[in-house]
Amino acid sequence: MALEKITAVTGRAVCVPGNDIDTDRIIPARFMKCVTFDGLGEFLFHDVRKKADGTDQAHPLNDPRFRGATILLSGANFGCGSSREHAPQAIQKHGFRAVVAESFAEIFFGNCTTLGIPCAAAARADIARLAAALEADPALPVTLDVAAGEIRFGGQSIRAEVRPAARDALIHGRWDAIGELLEGLPAVQALAARTPYLAA
Amino acid sequence: MAKSLFEKVWAAHAVRTLANGQTQLLIGTHLIHEVTSPQAFGMLRDLGLKVAMPHRTFATVDHIVPTDQLVEPYRDPLAQAMMEELRRNCAESGITFFDRATGKQGIVHIVGPEQGITQPGTTIACGDSHTSTHGAFGAVAFGIGTTQIRDVLATQTMALGKLKVRRINVRGSLRPGVYAKDVILHIIRVLGVNGGTGYAYEYGGEVFDRFSMEERMTVCNMSIEGGARAGYVNPDQTTFDYLRGRPYSPQGAAWEAAVERWCGFASDPGCPYDDVVNIDAADIAPTVTWGINPGQGIAITESIPDPARATAADERASIEEALAYMKLRPGAAIKGTRIDVAFIGSCTNGRLSDFREVARHVRGRRVAPGVKAIAVPGSQIVALQCEKEGIDQVLRDAGFEWRAAGCSMCLAMNPDKLVGDQLCASSSNRNFKGRQGSPTGRTLLMSPLMVAAAAVTGSVADAREVFAVHS
Repeated sequence: MALEKITAVTGRAVCVPGNDIDTDRIIPARFMKCVTFDGLGEFLFHDVRKKADGTDQAHPLNDPRFRGATILLSGANFGCGSSREHAPQAIQKHGFRAVVAESFAEIFFGNCTTLGIPCAAAARADIARLAAALEADPALPVTLDVAAGEIRFGGQSIRAEVRPAARDALIHGRWDAIGELLEGLPAVQALAARTPYLAA
Repeated sequence: MAKSLFEKVWAAHAVRTLANGQTQLLIGTHLIHEVTSPQAFGMLRDLGLKVAMPHRTFATVDHIVPTDQLVEPYRDPLAQAMMEELRRNCAESGITFFDRATGKQGIVHIVGPEQGITQPGTTIACGDSHTSTHGAFGAVAFGIGTTQIRDVLATQTMALGKLKVRRINVRGSLRPGVYAKDVILHIIRVLGVNGGTGYAYEYGGEVFDRFSMEERMTVCNMSIEGGARAGYVNPDQTTFDYLRGRPYSPQGAAWEAAVERWCGFASDPGCPYDDVVNIDAADIAPTVTWGINPGQGIAITESIPDPARATAADERASIEEALAYMKLRPGAAIKGTRIDVAFIGSCTNGRLSDFREVARHVRGRRVAPGVKAIAVPGSQIVALQCEKEGIDQVLRDAGFEWRAAGCSMCLAMNPDKLVGDQLCASSSNRNFKGRQGSPTGRTLLMSPLMVAAAAVTGSVADAREVFAVHS
């Protein structure tokens, strides 16, 4: 299974500010009533983007200046709460290719990596600097260099690191572990056979 | 060298090291449900793969089931489709499905322990973040995403980096009217909603030694709300007494051997931890959340935080955002806040002991006018036992609706939802914006008895006063 080597993501970026943005906010539970992930993209951040009557309310993702952004910026503990992969799926299907935040919740980080979405951690002040640059020029091209652990924009660069195991998996095209896990099946069966509660 | 339970279980299940340094970890028990598994089966079909160990995979249905409709087809065609998809996937792969017709259906984290599937020294995975519940038995249990469900279905393993272990001692004795729910809300308040990132939490100390299995489950359940990927309690006689005689527990001679093995997984005295936190049980009060994450909690006797008194800009912004959403007044007492809905249930607090405790105190009382109160047992077995003991009748007489088993209003994927900006006193685990089904709905997390106190008085109340709890 040859996977794309994700060494860098270049595109426009948008900042959805705030700390502790949970996966219920990213994709409310009622949109999980589905048996495929198709179509989740349009419901990304639904309840903070839409008013009760279904019309748009102020939200960075509704701002036409940031339409087409492929890099999502946010605050600390992004993706906390529910383990629903519907959250990174909605982010990806909406068109995002990378997430940059101050920090990430554990399960969300793993789910993103497995889908080939780099989650890069950057310092708060650096994210604020990038967000300010985007506010001034929403069309500013931004590059997340996964391999180098930095973001470059408008002649500036900031540190933005993907944790080592995930970074290696992304840049070497091993972010979906299934191939490697399948190769290990004989060893899995052998271990299971000598594990009392599994052998019984 | 002395080792923690986490170290021992990890070592016993590590298959090999993968190229990126992660471990291929054997998952002894895989639990699945209708919401996060259908896409995984789809991926499996796309790749032409089969379920590697169907006999170690167990399914139930919980998130979408209506609690007021038992007969199919369900009114919601999407819910019906998910139900049928799970049924088909289980049948095709030979997976045991605790469907509603079996009488064993319920919330996945209640069914596993109830059946004796959840055992010490094992690894468990489930596409649900509250899988940490199973850690109460000394299992190492992970909530996973759908692609990882595919991995576990196809290989009975997943790729994972090793966690650090933080030992959390809760010392001394809890005061009367303080419950396991208050312990975990207090821990999250102290350590923060992301304080556990990178850690498994090992809970111990006198309070946990004395806790029943159900109380241990309540605490382990919410480990993820503190950012910890897993949480556990070392197995002991309480664990073994709970498991003895359950359908999937070892029987006969195998029982003694299993207990001996399980004892061996408990953390060794003096084993090293990456961090240790000590909490005095006497400092824990009945706790209520006022904000939009489970770390935003206060004692029932405290006032709602005032952003003007926040010490950091960040804290001020987060209090302001939470209060704007919650429509609560800074500096006001939380006690006396009017509620619209009372919900008792969920994988956190939908077990027999929760309903027994509530029934013991609400007997002869009435739900306040204008409050909608619903009680949702966590499983059909919990429901049946409550009905045998007359608990359902006590609750009905008090004005609660007594429903069928499921996740219900914890995340409102079924018809049980808040409407508009209703305020709900809830025994569940998350108070995120919109969590209970209305984009503007508001949730206050608390123990089941505190929910009952709010239900009968119509506003947030101190259960110790309402029910004269002295011992």
